[in-house]
Amino acid sequence: MIEAHLPVLQVVVPLILAPACVLCKDVPAWLMALLGSAWSLLCAALLLAAVLHHGPLDYAIGGWPPPWGIAYRIDTVNAFVLLLVSVIATAVVIYARRSVASEIAAGQHSLFYSAYLLCLTGLLGITATGDAFNLFVFLEISSLSSYALIAMGSDRRALTASFQYLIMGTIGATFILIGVGLSYMMTGTLNMADLAARIPTVSDTTTMRAAFAFLTVGISLKIALLPLHLWLPNAYAYAPSVVTALLAATATKVAVYVLLRFLFTVFGASFSFATMNLDIVLVPLSLAAIAAASLVAIFQSNVKRMLAYSSVAQIGYMTLGISLSNVTGLTATIVHLFNHALMKGALFLALGCVMYRIGSVHITQFAGLGREMPWTMAAFVAGGLSLIGVPLTVGFISKWLLILAALENGWWPVAVLIVAASLLAVVYVWRVVEQAYFKPPPGEATRGEAPLSLLLPTWALVAANVYFGLDTSLTADVAGIAARELLGGGP
Amino acid sequence: MNLLGLYNYWIVIVLMMVGFYLVIARSNLLRKVIGLNIFQTSVFLLFISIGKISGGSAPILKDGVEIYSNPLPHVLILTAIVVGVATTALALALIVRIREAYATVDEDEIHVQDEEA
Amino acid sequence: MSTPLLAGLGILIPLLGALGVALTGRRPDLREAVSLAAATAMAFTVAALFPEVLAGGRPQLQLLELLPGLSLTLIVEPLGLLFAMIASALWILTTVYSIGYMRGNNEAHQTRFYVCFAVALAATCGIAFAGNLLTLFVFYEALTLTTYPLVTHKGDADARAGGRLYLGILLGTSIGILLVAIIATWAVAGSIEFRDGGILAGRADPFVASLLFALYMFGIGKAALMPFHRWLPAAMVAPTPVSALLHAVAVVKAGVFAVLKITIYVFGIDFLDATGASDFIMWVAAFTLLAASVVALRKDNLKARLAYSTVSQLAYVVLGATLATAMGVMGGSLQIAMHAVGKITLFFCAGAIYTAARKTEISTMDGLGRVMPFTFTAFLIASLSIIGLPPLGGAWSKWYLMVGAADAGETLMIGVLMLSSLLNVAYLLPLPARGFFRPPPEAAGESMPPGAETSAIRTARIREAPLACVGPLCITALGCLLMFFYGDAVFTLMAPVIEASTFTARLTP
Repeated sequence: MIEAHLPVLQVVVPLILAPACVLCKDVPAWLMALLGSAWSLLCAALLLAAVLHHGPLDYAIGGWPPPWGIAYRIDTVNAFVLLLVSVIATAVVIYARRSVASEIAAGQHSLFYSAYLLCLTGLLGITATGDAFNLFVFLEISSLSSYALIAMGSDRRALTASFQYLIMGTIGATFILIGVGLSYMMTGTLNMADLAARIPTVSDTTTMRAAFAFLTVGISLKIALLPLHLWLPNAYAYAPSVVTALLAATATKVAVYVLLRFLFTVFGASFSFATMNLDIVLVPLSLAAIAAASLVAIFQSNVKRMLAYSSVAQIGYMTLGISLSNVTGLTATIVHLFNHALMKGALFLALGCVMYRIGSVHITQFAGLGREMPWTMAAFVAGGLSLIGVPLTVGFISKWLLILAALENGWWPVAVLIVAASLLAVVYVWRVVEQAYFKPPPGEATRGEAPLSLLLPTWALVAANVYFGLDTSLTADVAGIAARELLGGGP
Repeated sequence: MNLLGLYNYWIVIVLMMVGFYLVIARSNLLRKVIGLNIFQTSVFLLFISIGKISGGSAPILKDGVEIYSNPLPHVLILTAIVVGVATTALALALIVRIREAYATVDEDEIHVQDEEA
Repeated sequence: MSTPLLAGLGILIPLLGALGVALTGRRPDLREAVSLAAATAMAFTVAALFPEVLAGGRPQLQLLELLPGLSLTLIVEPLGLLFAMIASALWILTTVYSIGYMRGNNEAHQTRFYVCFAVALAATCGIAFAGNLLTLFVFYEALTLTTYPLVTHKGDADARAGGRLYLGILLGTSIGILLVAIIATWAVAGSIEFRDGGILAGRADPFVASLLFALYMFGIGKAALMPFHRWLPAAMVAPTPVSALLHAVAVVKAGVFAVLKITIYVFGIDFLDATGASDFIMWVAAFTLLAASVVALRKDNLKARLAYSTVSQLAYVVLGATLATAMGVMGGSLQIAMHAVGKITLFFCAGAIYTAARKTEISTMDGLGRVMPFTFTAFLIASLSIIGLPPLGGAWSKWYLMVGAADAGETLMIGVLMLSSLLNVAYLLPLPARGFFRPPPEAAGESMPPGAETSAIRTARIREAPLACVGPLCITALGCLLMFFYGDAVFTLMAPVIEASTFTARLTP
């Protein structure tokens, strides 16, 4: 009985727990956040299993069939993204207890967990929904709660970073709203499946092309594609460690999913690429993101900011895979969604451990940490290796698929650039490693290892980095199925 | 094509550009928020105006009326307005906090203070 | 035990050894016993693979499958077995030598040293038994990373600078070039397996093949082809046992071994010959060979001179591969074995001289041969082997390389090889000459009673390095001699590989 309602239950339970959180004290609030995240993880796992066995699931909210009611549609792509979001959210929330206690004022913990659950609700909702307007609403739920979460950072620059993000995020969301409105004008429906069916008949109109442009730009803002990435580095750098880990690992990934959904399911690959020639814009921007952001990352002295720029570069890999618009490219993008979430999750959680002990993530503060916080720094190195794309880590699988996809299209220079960018990653990861392992610590104050409750989630993600680098049956295989579904080849 | 007949679109475009200009050009954070509101409002108007059907009545069931305007955009915009209000509230709350932290709400001055720090 | 598992065991034993060393770190005697036991066990494991491989078997062990067609697989074939055997046998000697050297010089962090050493050997074994390009790449990177702590063992600014160059060039070339070549091979040939006769034949046109070959040769930074040779001299900041095993045997030989393996099993000798894909690299190798010898001539620091000598000798192997003839490849394979034994002896000697006399510059070693006769004799023997004089092992590799060059019709390369041998004489022999024939500097400089000079020489007491240092270097010097008489064993081992790769078998004259 309850299985049939899984698509909506996994979104609704965190939504209901969020206001309940506000009424609680700090520890019960944390327990609720843990409950909400674990519940969504359970649902996501069951959903993915169900989708892989029985094909896509449709769910009509309140029993109103589409196109009147809001429909949720779970297929392989979003089941996979749901799993990713809930896995990261659960790992992060376990980690959050100690980290939040040290970074956020005592009275505000319940508010923090409430916003955390709302953000999770929003992300899950965006992913699960099959309704374009509903997607906008969930997008705003997740955005508004993430503005609040970022503003809780201890540095006052967190406030301006959050404000900047709010302005840009709202413009992006409004663009999406315009796009949805224009498509509604032409098709009279908000249901994605209906939209997909009706758009081909009206695809030759200026209105439809405008809708496409507004949606693409709006989503790109949320993704932080290169010229629209300005909100990201500050937001990641000054947000509380837990929030950075959550957002870096999930928020941009969900936005990439939305782009995939609109480009391939709603508009269809032939409209997006053959008619609108999106690849002409997307490929140069992706390549520029990969090269420029990696270069900028090398010169950052705040390690969180450095990884933020690295995220911008990694997003370039994902959009590059999208713009290749072949099965391997899409597989690479979807695999990289998952893999990058694991890498950045592990890296930002390791930075959170440093923040917990040292109180700063400035690169000079890393001197001697290799000896003082061996487990934390080992996790950082492992995450860094994965980011570089060393074999036996998830990063290698992503790069391999992406390069293969580029070669399938005969784009040799692109393949070379992808590899060259890995070398830039070597440089910026190496800067931290050298500080940590080859510089003596300042003074003789021994700073000690982070507590186990922080290390365990960090290492769980590190282990996932290695495990999914060895066993790709969950990632690459599922992503392959998802990519074929998106390109319309059926599961 | 009757350009004036599409006046609702012209209003939307003008409002949108005014809002957008305020967001980009003003360094006062409050004015940015006002600009953002105008920008969003223009989109609300776009939605509402496309729901109107020429000669249609308000979408309330009544004898003798054959054509109704489309009520769905209104419902959607009700939601969007709520979202907009929430965004504005959050932005204003942030501005209050920024003023407490920096003693100014001017973006340029904040930038100078961050550079010095 | 079945033979495929033995191959896995070859990798597992050093890893277990590393674990054992780490656990017994507090008790140096036990720790070194564990190290020695692991080395011996590994050598016997590798040796146990010989009967089956000589009988034509190719034991295979799949470890993991990453993506369809993309797996970590071990396959034992003669070339790899030869390499693994050399590395593991020399590991035993190096362990004995390390004990003498590390204790004699009171080096710090000895446990870390032995752990990394063992792990590096596991990686070397993985390279030797790699069944496809991915496996090769994985272990190749692992070797770079595990040897990094060894190179920077001293931990001072020099070591760090050397280490950065080491890591920078090796990781840079492997990720930036080698990986591209591997993925391109996958794209062109649809496979990255090592197969007899190559996987590219018939799938790549001459231009693509040339490009790929160049990518591979430059991408394998460990083969130290110019201009990517700088890491090798830089890595000489490492303690001498590291230089000896890793930079005369494991690391650099992993590089040229990969070159040979890729030449034979990815391109195929016939395919290379037919397309002429390797012509360009042949000239690069020839240039490296001569230029490095000239640089070596000008180095006064003994280890730096040996380092450049290694760069030059590695180019011999690459040259052998690029000649694209059966004899050339045979010469290259022999060179791997012969040079390993010769060069490790030279490095052992350099370390022994440092341990006993604290001298690193050649110009200060006058007369030292009379104080350290065993070391200097060993040095002389190994030098002659490197130069290629019979009755020493090095003669075979030079011989087959020349025959290979003649087969390929590259007369100029014969000239290059001859010139290089002369240069070898010029940079290797001065040290034994100085050591034996020049008077020690203190005897000349200090004011001594008349007649004391000669008596000082006559009565100079023998002050050799500890036995643990001198023993291994005498054994390897003897090895140079034995290799001459057992050179045909290597030949028999390698013959089937080369015959399978070329249809115009020219091994039987």
